[in-house]
Amino acid sequence: MTTQTNENNIIIQANDLSIYYGSFRAVKNVNLGIQRNKITAIIGPSGCGKSTVLRAFNRMNDFVQSAHNDGKILFHGQDIYAPEVDPVQVRQMIGMVFQKPNPFPKSIYENIAWGARINGYKGNMDELVENTLQAAALWDEVKDNLKKSALALSGGQQQRLCIARALAVKPEIILMDEPCSALDPIATLKIEDLMRELSVKYSIIIVTHNMQQAARASDLTAFFTMDEDRAGLMVEYGETSQIFTRPKDKRTEDYITGRFG
Amino acid sequence: MPRDTLTRQIHHLLDEVLLLGSMVEQATLSAVDILRQRDLKAAATLYENDQLINDKRFAIENAILILIATQQPMAHDLRLLAATLEIITELERMGDYAKGIAKVTLQLKDADINIPNRDLERMASQAVNMLHRGLSAFVNEDPNEASAIAGEDAVVDDLYNHIYHHLVETMIANPATIDQYNQVMWVAHNLERMADRVTNICERTVFIATGDMLEMDTTDDEESDGE
Ligand SMILES: Nc1ncnc2c1ncn2[C@@H]1O[C@H](COP(=O)(O)OP(=O)(O)O)[C@@H](O)[C@H]1O
Ligand SMILES: [Mg+2]
Repeated sequence: MTTQTNENNIIIQANDLSIYYGSFRAVKNVNLGIQRNKITAIIGPSGCGKSTVLRAFNRMNDFVQSAHNDGKILFHGQDIYAPEVDPVQVRQMIGMVFQKPNPFPKSIYENIAWGARINGYKGNMDELVENTLQAAALWDEVKDNLKKSALALSGGQQQRLCIARALAVKPEIILMDEPCSALDPIATLKIEDLMRELSVKYSIIIVTHNMQQAARASDLTAFFTMDEDRAGLMVEYGETSQIFTRPKDKRTEDYITGRFG
Repeated sequence: MPRDTLTRQIHHLLDEVLLLGSMVEQATLSAVDILRQRDLKAAATLYENDQLINDKRFAIENAILILIATQQPMAHDLRLLAATLEIITELERMGDYAKGIAKVTLQLKDADINIPNRDLERMASQAVNMLHRGLSAFVNEDPNEASAIAGEDAVVDDLYNHIYHHLVETMIANPATIDQYNQVMWVAHNLERMADRVTNICERTVFIATGDMLEMDTTDDEESDGE
């Protein structure tokens, strides 16, 4: 297993991370350093624990009663599961965008303003709404209809609104769990372009079952698979260009050439 | 195992590459034989038939582009297809060398000169032998065999040097024949270049198998027109 070497640029790091649901070990011994301002893709067959790992990175697994971890996740060197750490603050610094766009049944404006208000944002709200919609490449399409219900937007627009909503609370990392799987190809490419723009300011981790998407859109790729005990493990991690042209591990090769199983 | 379609199409493609290779082998051996017989009619036919090699190469290239566009090959499959694009280009250029030899035959007409046929035939058969085994190593993805074949290039180089010195001596002794012997020199030169290109194919074979690009023949940068 390769661990990323570029130590100084690591924003979040999983050390010997195992994740359990009750007594079932869903993910075992993951060592993964995520680089700042890069897009990191996590790929692998269904059920290998991609979403589980992603949710561990911002303590979303806390919502699952049976879930618990071994090992550590260090964000800027700080253990995010340490007792003194506030999970709400973790989720503010490390935002998440889901597979199915899930805007609130409110206006476009309120979708952005709501989270910011909850987080105690005191600045100019109009400005924040405009800036985040700009950053999510949605402003031009909605600026005349900010009062319109978010649910009236197309799927791709809704997903960009959800990205804007995540940006509004000023995170450092954006986690995306199959953010395009409900979108058509054009909307998908728009999100990928947006990810590229966002990576200038943010670090992005995307889980995708679409290998072409990982190849197109990411800088680094981590390949996960399932062991005989059904526990997910990381097989190989490296530059996306290397993983898709010269994978080192036979299991990676078999998966990305489509000869898995 | 999934990806049966891609696997089947790649197999078919490799068969086509072998076919292209045998066309080149045949053209090379014939070109030297036709020169020995000074058969102008056969030389003209061989010159024309180079078009068949070009056509085959473009057909394979087209098939590869379609495979890349429709099957999104990755990793080993992708390296194989990219390398095959290179290899068919090498084969097509070897075809040009054979065509160049036919052209020499045509230009020499019935000029009364002593062509070192035996040595040229030895060069041709060595180069063709390397090509044949090189293509087998390619389809079998045998990097060890490929490396070994690349090393045999030295045999062709030695023959070339021998012919070269012999021809230079002949020209010095009889300056009136410089033009004709210069043509003969091109025949040897083309055969020598052909073996260089087999070496390139062997490098690609190692690349497909291992992902590492080895430069086995570093003296191969000069580009010369074989025709
Ligand atoms: N809330 C949960 N409770 C129990 N088991 C779960 C839960 N979520 C996921 N799992 C199990 O953990 C494993 C990994 O799931 P997941 O992380 O969703 O995989 P992936 O995202 O790679 O498809 C699977 O075996 C799945 O059934
Ligand atoms: Mg998942």
